[in-house]
Amino acid sequence: MDMSRLKQLDDYCYTVPKTPGEARSEVLLYGSAPLLQTMDDMVLTQITNVARLPGLVGPAMTMPDAHWGYGFPIGGVAAFDPDLGGIISAGGVGFDISCGIRCLRTNLNLVDAAPSFPQLADALFQAIPAGVGEEGALKLSTHELDQIMLKGAEWAVHQGYGSELDLALIEEHGKMKGAVPGNVSELAKKRQRGEMGTLGSGNHYLEVQVVERIFDPKAAQAFGLHEGQIVVSIHCGSRGLGHQIGTDYLVSLAKAASRLGIQLPDRELACAPINSPEGQDYLGAMNAAINVALANRQILAHLTREVFAGVIPGSHLATLYDVSHNTCKLEQHQVEGHERLLYVHRKGATRAFGPKHPALPVEYQAVGQPVIIGGSMGTGSYVLAGTAEGERRAWSSASHGAGRAMSRNAALKKWHGRELIDQLKGQGILIRTKSLRGAAEEAPGAYKDVDLVAEATEKAGLARRVAFLKPKVCIKG
Amino acid sequence: MSQRYRYFDHEADIGIEAQGKTLEAAFVNAALAMFAIMAEPATVIPEHEVPIEFEEADIELALVTWLNQLLGQARLRGLVFCAFELEHQGSHWRGRAWGMPWRPGADRGTEVKGATLTMLKVEQGRQGWLARCIVDV
Repeated sequence: MDMSRLKQLDDYCYTVPKTPGEARSEVLLYGSAPLLQTMDDMVLTQITNVARLPGLVGPAMTMPDAHWGYGFPIGGVAAFDPDLGGIISAGGVGFDISCGIRCLRTNLNLVDAAPSFPQLADALFQAIPAGVGEEGALKLSTHELDQIMLKGAEWAVHQGYGSELDLALIEEHGKMKGAVPGNVSELAKKRQRGEMGTLGSGNHYLEVQVVERIFDPKAAQAFGLHEGQIVVSIHCGSRGLGHQIGTDYLVSLAKAASRLGIQLPDRELACAPINSPEGQDYLGAMNAAINVALANRQILAHLTREVFAGVIPGSHLATLYDVSHNTCKLEQHQVEGHERLLYVHRKGATRAFGPKHPALPVEYQAVGQPVIIGGSMGTGSYVLAGTAEGERRAWSSASHGAGRAMSRNAALKKWHGRELIDQLKGQGILIRTKSLRGAAEEAPGAYKDVDLVAEATEKAGLARRVAFLKPKVCIKG
Repeated sequence: MSQRYRYFDHEADIGIEAQGKTLEAAFVNAALAMFAIMAEPATVIPEHEVPIEFEEADIELALVTWLNQLLGQARLRGLVFCAFELEHQGSHWRGRAWGMPWRPGADRGTEVKGATLTMLKVEQGRQGWLARCIVDV
């Protein structure tokens, strides 16, 4: 990124000064200078375009892991007031609606579990449908899909996938309100019939990890984490149904924007006023897709538990938390001393409520919401906790991953899947994948330094580091 | 026109840029480029035929709609496509795609979730048509 275009506000926050007469809101870019320097200039272009959208409240922001996306940049956060003409954008949510991470903590330690890793890797790879074209064992009727779209993870629990205890530890308690299955196309529903309980491909994964370092003992204790402990992280989303909703509404919102006279700086920001019929239609469909994603991760968590029980009898996997990344949610936030209801787009960003937030489960009230920054398969991931400062600075939002530093095209030219898998095996990380191409695209070197991202997230005041997780087994699509 | 399509860099996703002597040929080549991300085209047998039909007056949105219709139909039927045909009269587009079911055990590429409006361009040049967009993976 051309740093000469930025003005530094503090060590971990930058802005883009407006040119004379430029009509847009403020832009804030969170992150350290080394992280921002590696970002593509298109991040700046995209977030500046977001700052021109109607009804924006406060600044348009990027998180420290931001990278060039479509519509909004990945790592983009923006809040809109429906009563001020605020919009909802399909490009501000993405195709993989409510893609997120379910983190499960186990009662296992590294020394006890390590001998079982090869068997665990094979069994997980067998049980978890992963990769393009893969379907799950569940074949659902349209009625069942309608129920999933309305009830989310609650539906899955009622079908025997997991327990009620899981629900309190999922955003929205596992069930997003405002879902309207009738706003979801028949094609979207048909695509999902065989895709519940599947991982997908690309940057999706299921990892068995070890807690390698604790940063914040008090929060770690609240989250039930300790050094040497085995945890499992499942990264996936709303699968074909979410993709199809994104597809269906991207073009229709682009046309709506044109018809409603919204001046878009770029067509990729396809949007409609939240209070318009088009905006409400998308909102209802998007909420339905959030529920599908929550149910999908609930089913995958159950399948994971079954595998662990078979390979390591006596193992217990409890949900630590389930976070969503690609959403637009109605939330109450403080704006200049007043409580206001805003629709917060988080595109590749994690909600990160601070301590005492009423949406948090009782056990996390004192320390804040668990935030998971998923890293690459060769480096590691972080668990963080939301802060009160994050509410003031970024509508309680934080980074969601390491963030890509290199295109998939460039990664394919630099790495070979088989060599990479062998190399990681030498480092004690077992990879199981159906796609050697995918492995190369997801090479650890194609990502930003996750340590820098987590550090910048903390020092920007967005969330504080609690634990570092090192991958031991990774199932990729 | 030696190369039917190429990929260009995009940090998170993949850019596809296809060329063709006609608008329809450029769209067909864009479809080839997109499905080649998911499976090596030479390994796919065109044994199943699927019809595609849609209305779209805007040729740039037509590219996105064409690609997304193909993705939707492929996933719906559990197929991967390798060959395409397309014609249009005004805003009415009619095409066909050929492919086969995913084979268990075959190495997969990366799933394309959808074609986006980012860097979307359809234009006629001296040597023919160009069709370009970013696909989300």
